[in-house]
Amino acid sequence: MRELTYAEALREGLRQAMTADSRVFMIGEDIGVYGGAFGVSAGLLAEFGAERIIDTPISEAGIAGACVGAALAGMRPVGEIQFMDFVTLTMEQLVLQAAKVRFMFGGKASVPMVLRMPGGSGTGAAAQHSESLENWFVHVPGLKVVMPSTPYDAKGLLLASIDDNNPVIFVEHKLLYKTKGPVPEEPYRIPLSQTQVVREGKHVTVVATSIMVSRAQQAADELVKEGIELEIVDPRTLKPLDDAPIIESVKKTGRAMVVHEAVEMGGFGGEIVARIASSEAFDYLEAPIRRLAGKDIPIPYNRELERATVPQVEDIIAEARKLARGEY
Amino acid sequence: MTTNSTLQPELIQRFHNVIEELGPEQLKQMLQDMHTIRAFEERAEQLYSLGKVHGTMHLSIGQEATAVGAANALQDGDYLLNHHRGHGHCLAWGSDVNRMMAEFTGKETGFCRGRGGSMHIADVDANNLGANGIVAGGVPISTGVGLSIKMRKTSQVCMVIFGDGAANEGALHEALNMASIWDLPVIFLCENNQYAMSMPMPKAFNIEKISDRAAGYGIPGETVDGNEVLAVYEAVKKAADRARRGEGPSLIESVTYRYKGHSKSDKQAYRTRDEVNDWMENRDPIKRFGALLTTAGITSEAEATGMRDVALGIIDRSVEFSDNSPTPDVAGLMEGVYA
Ligand SMILES: Cc1ncc(C[n+]2csc(CCOP(=O)(O)OP(=O)(O)O)c2C)c(N)n1
Ligand SMILES: [Mg+2]
Repeated sequence: MRELTYAEALREGLRQAMTADSRVFMIGEDIGVYGGAFGVSAGLLAEFGAERIIDTPISEAGIAGACVGAALAGMRPVGEIQFMDFVTLTMEQLVLQAAKVRFMFGGKASVPMVLRMPGGSGTGAAAQHSESLENWFVHVPGLKVVMPSTPYDAKGLLLASIDDNNPVIFVEHKLLYKTKGPVPEEPYRIPLSQTQVVREGKHVTVVATSIMVSRAQQAADELVKEGIELEIVDPRTLKPLDDAPIIESVKKTGRAMVVHEAVEMGGFGGEIVARIASSEAFDYLEAPIRRLAGKDIPIPYNRELERATVPQVEDIIAEARKLARGEY
Repeated sequence: MTTNSTLQPELIQRFHNVIEELGPEQLKQMLQDMHTIRAFEERAEQLYSLGKVHGTMHLSIGQEATAVGAANALQDGDYLLNHHRGHGHCLAWGSDVNRMMAEFTGKETGFCRGRGGSMHIADVDANNLGANGIVAGGVPISTGVGLSIKMRKTSQVCMVIFGDGAANEGALHEALNMASIWDLPVIFLCENNQYAMSMPMPKAFNIEKISDRAAGYGIPGETVDGNEVLAVYEAVKKAADRARRGEGPSLIESVTYRYKGHSKSDKQAYRTRDEVNDWMENRDPIKRFGALLTTAGITSEAEATGMRDVALGIIDRSVEFSDNSPTPDVAGLMEGVYA
């Protein structure tokens, strides 16, 4: 199959959605001539014009609000927040408005919007441009949270998110934009809330999100040489969460760990651990469930410190090895 | 806006009082600082392309007059907050260039121990409360600093420097309004380089002058030629005097132009090469101020051009300092989050 980068896959999804439905439009900072800070919308201005590729002033609360309002009034906006960090400036519109209006209005209204944003560290952008805040949104009823880890998933999940009649927080990763993978040309949808086993293995279940999926794959490639097989499970949609495949996997392996980039305390991993521990998989556990996640500090600028702050391949290898060898 | 070819005698006449007030030594130092800022930025770009720095950087080449004019209008003890394109502000403030370079290259000897980097350089001991990675992020903070000054009844002032793009963040309006109703000693300095990343100012505003917004807060607003260092000095000095008298904040718009791309990877499709060249050739703040000082007989031409070499020497030594500095120890990773 043809290969695209993650950024190209997103762009193709956006192009197809906009071509198919005149209600779909993009709005954000520097998405027009500049093509977006990470190039996702490059060329779309020429194709769709400034009325549908809307460059905004630097006004994140305004962008989010414009999405909510346009969605309430018949459009299907796809907003872009230049770095996930800046979503902090939109919280009222997302958490108190977008997430709640449908419920507050007795189901009479809906907010079919997608807000895309790149999270994650690894580019030396330091503490205010490297956050992984996805779990904030997981905590809010009424929002959906999607986090693709491959070009294939990026396109399929984006098209499904645009189709969805709810506000979707769509979390991309800066380091994934240039990664390549097979992507079908025709439009396709990956249903939201469908957890996927991306690699089968019998010794340790590794639940990973976003960039940690490929790091887990690399770890698995190494560990297999030692006879340790990882089973990697990617939730892809964090909320609403399809936990059945995770529970099934743990029943099979008896050992589980979660890996994500976001800070461990209060992170999504805690939810996964709780789901496993409170499910029938509990009886199958042969070891404590482990978490590997970001350190409880802001992302530092210095390259070595930055690297040490979030899980790397070698950390996953070490943790999974210990788990597999019964060292916990 | 005046250009390089504007008759210098007219400018000397126009800034007669300011020239008297500052005196030859400070005026020369200001020109030197502008050279040093430019040399710092040029070296920053070079280090970046050599792969010695990771992350990004926002260069202020072409905007040196705003930084230097503004900083020289304030006194020891005053506060500064600035923004992502902040190397020049920090140098003009008098912060140690060695520690800046060390921070830029992620060293333990940097102002922020290598934790902050280009976008977060702060010199807290000198009341420089730092650059900011969040557009307009420093603006509400400056209102709080102003509030503290007022409550502590000192004669300090706080200057916050932000871009034209920042003027459209909601929080900025809340901050300006509060500073106004409480008569806080804050100088809101909008460094309008006419683009917010790719967004040209006319597309982001339906007003011609950002300073017109001052009327909406009921404070003085003024637009100055941001490439004319003495014009910036004069406006900021006036605002500082007003603030020290307890009469409240001012909004100053300093119109300038950035020569380089927004950040490390910018194809600059939103502007023409001709436009950039025009600014570089006809409105360059360093050339202009150099010409003014020589025409006024404050420096010789040789002295003025020699400042470039002095600047390069300063920057060479700062790179040497950072090269010889240790990188942060990963063992200290968890330090410094809580007081
Ligand atoms: C809240 C927020 N939104 C967006 C950005 C990304 N960003 C960084 S600088 C910048 C442009 C800022 O323009 P301006 O305020 O005019 O300052 P300039 O870069 O021109 O000096 C943008 C969009 C950010 N850092 N913070
Ligand atoms: Mg600007």
